[in-house]
Amino acid sequence: MIEVKGLKKQFGHKVAVDNLSFSVQKGEVLGFLGPNGAGKSTTMRMVTGFLPVTAGEIEICGISMIGSPTEAKRKIGYLPESAPLYNDMTVQSFLKFCASMRGLKGAAKTAAVEEAIETCFLETVASQSIDTLSKGYRHRTCLAQSLLHNPEVLVLDEPTDGLDPNQKSEVRKLIKRLGEDRAILFSTHILEEVSAACTRAVIVDQGNIVADGTPEELEKQGGGSLSELFRKVTSQESSAA
Amino acid sequence: MNTWTIFKRELTSYFTQLTAYAVIVIFGLLSIGLAFTFGSFWRYEDASLSYSFFWWHPLLLMILAPAVTMRLWSDEHRTGTIELLGTMPVSMGSAILGKFFASAFVWLLALALTFPIVVSVNWLGDPDNWTIFSGYLGSFIVCCTFLAISSLISAFTRDQVVALIVSVAICFILTFCGIDPVINEIRRSGSAETVNLLSTLGVYSHFLDATRGLIRLPSLIYFIGLISVCLVGTNLVLKSQRA
Repeated sequence: MIEVKGLKKQFGHKVAVDNLSFSVQKGEVLGFLGPNGAGKSTTMRMVTGFLPVTAGEIEICGISMIGSPTEAKRKIGYLPESAPLYNDMTVQSFLKFCASMRGLKGAAKTAAVEEAIETCFLETVASQSIDTLSKGYRHRTCLAQSLLHNPEVLVLDEPTDGLDPNQKSEVRKLIKRLGEDRAILFSTHILEEVSAACTRAVIVDQGNIVADGTPEELEKQGGGSLSELFRKVTSQESSAA
Repeated sequence: MNTWTIFKRELTSYFTQLTAYAVIVIFGLLSIGLAFTFGSFWRYEDASLSYSFFWWHPLLLMILAPAVTMRLWSDEHRTGTIELLGTMPVSMGSAILGKFFASAFVWLLALALTFPIVVSVNWLGDPDNWTIFSGYLGSFIVCCTFLAISSLISAFTRDQVVALIVSVAICFILTFCGIDPVINEIRRSGSAETVNLLSTLGVYSHFLDATRGLIRLPSLIYFIGLISVCLVGTNLVLKSQRA
């Protein structure tokens, strides 16, 4: 469902992503691991069509993101890293706006908004202004907008960042459940999330994939510890970046 | 369809953040207040409202119009919502138009709500209402031009204050380079070509024709051309920032 081949992104002289290739199939949750500055968010922004690619190909459900971006974007639900929202709106009006932007109308729009509110446990804050929400609710509101159009592909950039342990656990369970009939690409630098939510994981460092496998395979490669493998294959430079 | 969705969101935002009310009240009070004070409405018995009322509009709009649109794109950059818009199945062009039309609509309301002065001149005398309508049309198109300029400037920066200062500076230059005292000063020291050029580039010569009831094709081309260039420029700037 997500096919990425030879992806490259260059900002001036700096190569942020270099010849990256991977694929995510239906029913698969791919964890995208890497230190800060490894190129995770840049890759996700290219996969979702926000950033143009320097070189390479991206296909979403067989549709080229470079050739037909509008069609490809219809297939994706995206949670950006900082969970951006329009602070002057209420949760419900924001979700209605996003549903309209996704082409939903009338009863289908109302049903989609209600379902997203229920899935992300937003009932208690649905009519609350977004600028009064806690970080956890803000994250879940942004996650809810990514689910409105029932997308076949979900791209989640650090979906548990800033959440408390209970919220983290809820979101991991939600990702696992959503991944049963979708392709999910989600980035994190919290290693426990890999075994908790992913069916497969790749470790990215300085724009390249340096490890790829199921959580069990990766732990085996690290001598029983994923963090050991992470330290071995990632460089200190990108963590400092 | 998406232009309409963005138009509705932006328009609601202008009213929930009270920007629209501030614009409507301040513009209404200042434009009518200036007409009855410095505009010498009573002394000249200006039934067409050309000099007492409309003459002040570019001066007010060069500050108030950028104040409305300074956040148009700088806020999207600052809060990161540009990333949401950019990953939805909509063209950036429809987002630009939706936002532009919403800010223009707020100004349409602000202009319409100065109607008491039109009622007054009709009650006091027998004005040419076509000339008054033409004056309003001129004010609205000047306003749209300033809105498009500040839309372009706000696409460059995430800082609203920078967007406001630069936009007001550009609108100030466009307003003052065609105003009579400046033109007369340049006529004394500069060439006729310079005077013609400044007069053509400034908004006043085009705007004053409209307040006299003359909607001229070159003026329409000037305003619509400037608006189009700024909106296309906004699209190019937003694209280049993601490259």
